[in-house]
Amino acid sequence: MISLEKAKAGIKELALRIKKEMEGEGEVRLMHLCGTHEDTITRFSLRSLLPDNLKLLSGPGCPVCIIPDVDLQMVFHLIKNAEITFTTFGDMARVPFEGKSLFYYRSKGYDIRVVYSIFDSIEIAKRSEKPVVHFGIGFETTMPSTALAILDGVNNFHVFSSHRFFIPAMEHLLSLGEVGINGFIDPGHVSTIVGVKAYEHLMEKYGVPQVIAGFEPYDVMLAVYHIIKAIKNGERVLLNEYTRAVKYGGNVKAQKVMDEVFDRQDWEWRGLGVVPTSGGVIRKKYEEYDAMMVFEDVFRNFEPKEDARKKACRCGEVLRGIIVPSNCPLFMRACTPKDPIGPCMVSFEGTCNIWARYGGSRV
Amino acid sequence: MCLAIPGVVETVEYPFAIVNFSGTKKRVRIDLVDDVKPGEYVLVHVGFAIQKVDKEEAKKLEEMLAEIFVE
Repeated sequence: MISLEKAKAGIKELALRIKKEMEGEGEVRLMHLCGTHEDTITRFSLRSLLPDNLKLLSGPGCPVCIIPDVDLQMVFHLIKNAEITFTTFGDMARVPFEGKSLFYYRSKGYDIRVVYSIFDSIEIAKRSEKPVVHFGIGFETTMPSTALAILDGVNNFHVFSSHRFFIPAMEHLLSLGEVGINGFIDPGHVSTIVGVKAYEHLMEKYGVPQVIAGFEPYDVMLAVYHIIKAIKNGERVLLNEYTRAVKYGGNVKAQKVMDEVFDRQDWEWRGLGVVPTSGGVIRKKYEEYDAMMVFEDVFRNFEPKEDARKKACRCGEVLRGIIVPSNCPLFMRACTPKDPIGPCMVSFEGTCNIWARYGGSRV
Repeated sequence: MCLAIPGVVETVEYPFAIVNFSGTKKRVRIDLVDDVKPGEYVLVHVGFAIQKVDKEEAKKLEEMLAEIFVE
């Protein structure tokens, strides 16, 4: 690992170089795509080291945040109408719909358990007579674990899949074109699974420079520096700086199990609308593990609603990088980490939550 | 969510391994990573190893940073 002294000196030098490269330039807009990158950037106040004409936007890199309300309502409908044990990651358990979350329902006596890993849910299922349904959330990083769990073949174990493939969302953002993205900092751990090769078609089609970066402050600063240089030199680069964890072909074994279990459908994202081929639907072959199929009858009378409490919530625009959290009228007034309204304030990876904790003020 | 933490493998009981994260030990699935041995570092995300951490490759970043000073 790099020594603290060396990292400090490197970051200072990088900040100087970035400033120099940006002198007299027009506005450049870079977007990162991972909640953990936002955490690094805001916690270490890296934006304060960047010049004003360089914007470092936060994208839709929080799987909890991008899950639309309809998925949440379906889950609530399921736990209210079926005799099940429901397992979830902690972050997801706090997301409210009409002010009620999975934690609320747990307090009303529903059997809802917070797990660290889907393999904990499998253990619960093995010890139980009841059906166990796991809330499958996350991007390509997480999907292989859900696939493995399904392939374990525990017959009272089912998954409600809200999994989404991330790469299609990047293409969707570029095709929308509304934020005018000049470069991407690609998500490190999604890349661990999908590899450098997954971004090549984006590079060819849109020519936007991309750097795959790790999560230390110097990783991010180095990525910013390389993207700026590429933009100035008119180069179409796809650089992997997170070589300690990301290979060109990614984790092939993980891709195989993921593709074995999941097919791709056009699914809705909060803020982005319907993103083509982004939905991680469980293949028909494994439908006995798919909660949507197993509890088909329960969902027959399900009807989605709008959440009146979220009318003023601008989480969707935060996820697209159009506004920053402080542009939202609810931010730190009606909506706080203690009493969140939108998921961007709920999740530890949500931009609103990170800004609330560490005091972000500009991009 | 896509948080992954590096830890050192202590013992292997395929498809599981006990991984030590600076003192905290956890049982994780390792069957998506090839040939995991005790003493190696793995990146762990929600209870499964997503990749080995490559020490040689980690040096490359150090070299990239070193280049910043000589450019």
